[in-house]
Amino acid sequence: MAVDEKQLTEDILRLAATDVRRCMQCGRCSANCPEGFKMDLLPHRVMWDLNSGHASELLEADAPWQCLSCMACEERCPRGVSPARVMEALRLLQIRQQGNNKLPAESVEHYPSDMPQQLLVAAFRKYNK
Amino acid sequence: MIYNYYPGCTLSTKAKQLDMAARRCAEVLGFPLVELPEWQCCGAVYPMAPDAIAERLSAVRALVAARENGGVLVTLCSACYHVIKRVNHDMATNAEIRQKVNNYLQLEEPYAGETRVLHYLEVLRDEIGWEKLAQLVSHPLKERRVGAYYGCLLLRPGAVLALDDVESPTVMEAFIKALGAEPVIYSMRNECCGGYLALKDKAQCEKLVSDIKNNAASCGAQELVTACPLCAYNLTANGAAGSLPTRYFTELLAEALGVAESEGGAE
Amino acid sequence: MQKIGVFVCWCGSNIAGTVDVAQVVEAVRQIPDVAYAIDYKYMCSEQGQELIRKAVADYKLDRIVVCSCSPRMHEATFRKCAEGVGINPYMVEIANIREQCSWVLKDKAEATAKAIKLAKAAIAKVRFNGALKPGESQVVKRALVIGGGIAGIQTALDIAEAGYKVDIVEKEPTIGGRMAQLDKIFPTLDCSACILTPKMVDAANHENITLYTYSEVESVSGFVGNFDVTIRKKARSVKADMCSGCGICTEKCPSRKTPSEFDMGLKNRGAIYIPFAQAIPKVPVIDREACIKFKTGKCGICSKLCPAGAIDYTQTDELITEKYGAIVLATGFKTISLDKFGEYGYGASKDVITSLELERLTNAAGPTEGHLVCPSTGKEPKKVIIVSCVGSRDVSGRGKSYCSKICCMYNAKHAMYIREKYPDVDVTVFYIDVRTPGKGFDEFQRRAVEEYGVHYVRGQVGKVVVDGDGRLTVFVSDLNSGRKLMLNPDLVVLATAVQPSPDARKLATMLTASIDNDDFYVEAHPKLRPVESPTAGIFLSGMCQGPKDIPETVSQAGAAAVKVVGLLAKDKLLTNPCTAQCDTSICSGCLACTHVCPYGAITGESKPVITKLGVRETRTVAVVNNALCQGCGACTVACPCGAMDLQGFTNQQILAEVDALC
Repeated sequence: MAVDEKQLTEDILRLAATDVRRCMQCGRCSANCPEGFKMDLLPHRVMWDLNSGHASELLEADAPWQCLSCMACEERCPRGVSPARVMEALRLLQIRQQGNNKLPAESVEHYPSDMPQQLLVAAFRKYNK
Repeated sequence: MIYNYYPGCTLSTKAKQLDMAARRCAEVLGFPLVELPEWQCCGAVYPMAPDAIAERLSAVRALVAARENGGVLVTLCSACYHVIKRVNHDMATNAEIRQKVNNYLQLEEPYAGETRVLHYLEVLRDEIGWEKLAQLVSHPLKERRVGAYYGCLLLRPGAVLALDDVESPTVMEAFIKALGAEPVIYSMRNECCGGYLALKDKAQCEKLVSDIKNNAASCGAQELVTACPLCAYNLTANGAAGSLPTRYFTELLAEALGVAESEGGAE
Repeated sequence: MQKIGVFVCWCGSNIAGTVDVAQVVEAVRQIPDVAYAIDYKYMCSEQGQELIRKAVADYKLDRIVVCSCSPRMHEATFRKCAEGVGINPYMVEIANIREQCSWVLKDKAEATAKAIKLAKAAIAKVRFNGALKPGESQVVKRALVIGGGIAGIQTALDIAEAGYKVDIVEKEPTIGGRMAQLDKIFPTLDCSACILTPKMVDAANHENITLYTYSEVESVSGFVGNFDVTIRKKARSVKADMCSGCGICTEKCPSRKTPSEFDMGLKNRGAIYIPFAQAIPKVPVIDREACIKFKTGKCGICSKLCPAGAIDYTQTDELITEKYGAIVLATGFKTISLDKFGEYGYGASKDVITSLELERLTNAAGPTEGHLVCPSTGKEPKKVIIVSCVGSRDVSGRGKSYCSKICCMYNAKHAMYIREKYPDVDVTVFYIDVRTPGKGFDEFQRRAVEEYGVHYVRGQVGKVVVDGDGRLTVFVSDLNSGRKLMLNPDLVVLATAVQPSPDARKLATMLTASIDNDDFYVEAHPKLRPVESPTAGIFLSGMCQGPKDIPETVSQAGAAAVKVVGLLAKDKLLTNPCTAQCDTSICSGCLACTHVCPYGAITGESKPVITKLGVRETRTVAVVNNALCQGCGACTVACPCGAMDLQGFTNQQILAEVDALC
């Protein structure tokens, strides 16, 4: 089924609540992202795809699952845009659908006894619903 | 002034040292922490989507409880501070979220962000003051070269948390100095340790932590202090083993104030 | 019976698109004393004005109402037109049916109804218009230029060459401004000091120019053609008329802890100092905060060594008052502070510098005699990166929202200097866009890439990490290849945003000159009047009006000069006759008006008066100085008995308008 890019873009923007049109493709977000060396689509690229009607490609990307929600991109963006919120929107659009959890509990090899529950709660809430 | 206290779940268990030292020191310093009688896990992550109402409720419940008691709401854990303060900001500034949350909670008096959320460090800086703190220090941490590790959640987003300048913060260094130790400033002190990624991609977390610790060590830090149990865990469990011990800032505070010794280091 | 002519303008579609102009004409034709009414597409055009002239002749009109755009646009045009056919220019009224009607309403019926009301109000008012005669004021044939950088110097030289006296007030000890700090300047890469210093010398030597250096404007009062200015000549602690400029004092001064402002803090200067070798005047200044003698009473070496006996520790500030016909603001700029941009490591490492600091490092007269070195080690860098837009184009609240304009060009310039002198040094410029629109500018920047091998990478620096041993690690994005990179340069140059001088706001208040949120002075019209402030008699020159490079600054400086000369060339200025007038027969002398007048135009004076009952007596009444009065009308409101009235806007006129509207 052909994806309705316009609708998808609207859905993402509604969840993201950030004005992506302000993005001037400066690349500071990508430069600051701690995951920047590993991401398949860097934050600036995510903003570009969203702004140019290629939102469906973003749903295939690994980037939202590598994102740390550390807010460095949002903090240092000169245009006041938040790629972090866009990443969150991309995550939510996927995990709010049934059967789309990204981190099954069994997949974690080892749960050390000193692991703070904060870590478990945070991780499972970001990757699963 | 009542200092309502929200410990958060990790502080009650895995990060007990952060909590106990904090309470004892607060008594000594004159701002006894009054734990909220009922509180729920804040959720550990801030729900960014504007339609995530249920996810904001536990934070609002804590804020409302503090409002009922009067006074401020003090947190210790960076993550809890981040979540609660951001939700508080939403309640004050976002009419739709405020209305939906209040519709659900059905409080006698709807909540609109009235409670002030403070981090323990803010209380030390703004209510007690570094001079008074320094005066009460009986065991100055002489010649200890301590690097502050802020992590990301304590400072960002600067526009909402407004705890300190995000890129050039000074609150923890001033704290370290007041305790008689020598603060070591290093570039990576406000960069992310990997946070929740530790569960999914331990290797990447290890890399991020190594970069942080190497930078701190190269600038002369002998130990790190932090306010976040997740950061403490990552810095200890995922960094180059044995190098640069990490402790909670309240443990150092207890040490300097000569308050009953706390267990050493993060577990 | 009066004969009023009403002219309704279409203003193309600006008015006619929303207002049925034919209907307006029909409506006003019904009014008894309207002898003639017509509509036309562009009333302000030559054809439109000819219509007025013809109607005046054919219908013997004695009053005119034009329904058009704001009086701020064309009231003067129509007044002149009326005067040309023998009608007193103040018998013209404008009904603003554009800015106050067609531009703010959407519904045609509503807009037309409002336009008719506005027209009727104007007609009601014009019935009571008086044939006012403007007064005259003299024009003092002297100009004041505030700021002695290239903009101020060029403006002053042009005014002086036209034969008028001009004073330059410069707050630093020397004129020259930012341009004196620069090394070579784009797009020709000629030496900045080599082209600036002759102009500085010309300014100093010109018989029509007086320099007040190390001075600031203290207060300004008056109005166009007649400004009263007080200048504070700050105490140099050196007698300028005795000093020979030998510089021995500056060499021997033992206080060496003050960072040199001229060298951007890369070197220290003494407490007694001359900012740079070609300073004009070449007279040192004692920085009393740094001076051991002033702080402790000990030392005094400069005074002992001075062969001319010019040192004078007892010197005090001197206040000078002078009258000027025109004032030019040329206060220039500085770069922003990087306090809020800690991620770049400026302050954490000496090897992270701003572009202006780089200018000082490459300048042969600079702190390293032109050797490019890493400030932390003194060694030549092997890898330099230049970062664009630091603090510019930033709407997040940390920086400035505007583009600083000069950085794309000077980045290319810096990159080329370095590559030319040090061909082994790797230079990369990280940019968001490259903005090079001037003559020869794009070719200039392309040379950097194509001939000098400078790497231009579209992307930005995220963070500069400084290690304990001083090593820099820079995280940066390369957008064209979609990658994040980690680099280890030896020197990081930040193209920092510009901002107007910190004195801009204070001066704007003193002169009541408009200023925007970024502290740039606002021009009267962005396209058609770029060098004039909306405040009459104040002109703008250079960066203080907006970011611009040297070629543009010099152009604008000349433009400002011509405007000044146009003003000073007039023997007299016509003053606005719409001033307040006091009817002394009913004035009670309460002087409430004197307290509310913002211009200090009213005084209480004892005068002989004849009351309404014919009694002659002498009592205190309000007297208005028509030259100072700006016609704001505050006094007419404050006056409890209605003695104070505003000519051109009398109570009778205003009430007639109200009656027509309601």
